[in-house]
Amino acid sequence: MTMLDARRSEGRAALDIGTCEAFLIHEARLLDEARFDEWLALFTADAWYWVPSQPGQESPRDTVSLIYDDRRLLETRVRRLASPRIYSQEPRSRTSRIVANVTIEDAAADGQACTTRSKFQLLEYRRNAQTAYAGTSFHRLVRADDGIRIAWKRVDLVNCDAALEGLLVPF
Amino acid sequence: MSALSREQIRSFVQPGRVHRRLYTDPEIFELELDRIFGSAWIYVGHESQIKNPGDFIATRIGRKPLLLARDMDGAIRLVHNQCAHRGAMVVASDGGHTDEYRCCYHGWTYHLDGRIKAAPLLHGYPADFDAKAPDAGMRRVPRVASYRGFVFGSLAADGPGLTEFLGHMTTSLDDMVDRAPDGELEVAGGTFKHCYRGNWKLYLENLCDAAHPLFTHESSIVAAQRQADDAHSDGTGEIAIRQMRQNGAPYSFWEANVGIWTYPNGHSFLGDYHDDAKLVAGMNDPVFREYVAAVEAKNGKERTKQILEVRRWNSNVYPNLSFMSQFQQLRVVHPIAVNETVVHTFGFRLRGAPQRMFENMIAFANIVNGTGSLVLTDDLEIYNRIGIGLGSAGPEWLSIGRGYDSDRADEHGGRRGRNSTSEIYIRNMFDAWLGLMTHEPGGTRHAVAAE
Repeated sequence: MTMLDARRSEGRAALDIGTCEAFLIHEARLLDEARFDEWLALFTADAWYWVPSQPGQESPRDTVSLIYDDRRLLETRVRRLASPRIYSQEPRSRTSRIVANVTIEDAAADGQACTTRSKFQLLEYRRNAQTAYAGTSFHRLVRADDGIRIAWKRVDLVNCDAALEGLLVPF
Repeated sequence: MSALSREQIRSFVQPGRVHRRLYTDPEIFELELDRIFGSAWIYVGHESQIKNPGDFIATRIGRKPLLLARDMDGAIRLVHNQCAHRGAMVVASDGGHTDEYRCCYHGWTYHLDGRIKAAPLLHGYPADFDAKAPDAGMRRVPRVASYRGFVFGSLAADGPGLTEFLGHMTTSLDDMVDRAPDGELEVAGGTFKHCYRGNWKLYLENLCDAAHPLFTHESSIVAAQRQADDAHSDGTGEIAIRQMRQNGAPYSFWEANVGIWTYPNGHSFLGDYHDDAKLVAGMNDPVFREYVAAVEAKNGKERTKQILEVRRWNSNVYPNLSFMSQFQQLRVVHPIAVNETVVHTFGFRLRGAPQRMFENMIAFANIVNGTGSLVLTDDLEIYNRIGIGLGSAGPEWLSIGRGYDSDRADEHGGRRGRNSTSEIYIRNMFDAWLGLMTHEPGGTRHAVAAE
């Protein structure tokens, strides 16, 4: 840790497990309540969001992905979700998700950044049908001046290589 | 035997319209599997997936699971993935490398061409059971053939050969291959699978539909148009957003600049749409310049110009294959039930092209074919809504009449519409449909000309 880092982290609490868990629950709530603009605001300016298409996929560059958004595409995705002409969300999905089994996998020495691993169960209801999704999420969380940001997020669906219907609401 | 006479089947396809039963009737669906998927040449895989002797992949024709393999002598083999003994599926994986197929039930083993290699307790079978007989093993698909690496199978023992069936569409497959600097393609980058609750025919009927993007894809077009270009991108968003904006081209563009060509046996392509300058990131893009240089190094300037001048968007080979050369992707439509369909999408690496070209293919595939795509999800919604709509006892007839009066003969035995918004390619598919569905066994197969 440099002197500069040390000064920057002064007075800021480390990202402990309780703080991370509360953040992940908050993120899940924003998604369930369709507050997508607020969800987008959780990400850093150069963040990426990734849902691989293959179990254990190593890179979004050499293999296709169910979703791989850099920041620019993530902004477009969220803007589209608000469109009155998004026919695949007419009617809108309702979702209910549970986030659990949170662990910290990799933490920066100054406690100002870490990677969390968590499990989720997500039930999506739309047009008389319920679809269950489950999987493991990885978040790179970083402390910012005004809270916590997501530098990247990876979601491994247990059935990522199945024949799926359209995925509209982010995981 | 079907209760439907050929006369009745003919009555479902009329000038400019088709009966909704063609999308909803399980009996017609079963007939389609038998008469269309049971006789036409169906794409089953690419030779790069079975490069070496012993390589195999699981594939299918209609609902029939098959195994495509490179045999020890280099020959391509296509057999039903079903044990000759008790009918169990023999291979449960998506592919791999083996010198034999082995059933997990009683241990029967097979050569890659389906012949029985060994079976325990053979002495226990009746005296007239001959394990060496040609029809004793895993059933072989009667015909398998390859065009420049693209492998097709036909469940019918006779009929037109593959190149005759493809006709002028061989030039679209040529376009796929010729764009590789080394003249070779390689399936790479993983597989997308998506499903919808609608009839299998809807998918190809949408792929050359130039009249829908502006409307169906409005949410992604507008979202992309309003996107600030200075937001951080690693290249992925740049390609995706350019494509979504392109979908917003006005009707006048589709009517003035884009054409639709159709050919016998139900095939078609949309052309002159994007050109490479707009598509890959522009002629000044360093990746594209490097790519062009690689093609020129192998082919010379003149030939390279000819190769890159071919500007086709989606090329459709009836009944269930669609591909696109400029972003090296290919989709195969699998009918599961009358209102249930699965589509598999594959990508290709252009041998000899810069790695970044391959990464562009991946980024483009994600936005066009991914189940989380901002574009595909609205297409899936349309297929589902057509599935729901036609399931009602509402209007009996669907219109396929747009541009009907402007269909005209074109070179290479084809017909073309006035412009890309014509539904001629759907009418052309139904001509092929009628030809196959009303074909009398033993009779001459022919494409039915437009009324």
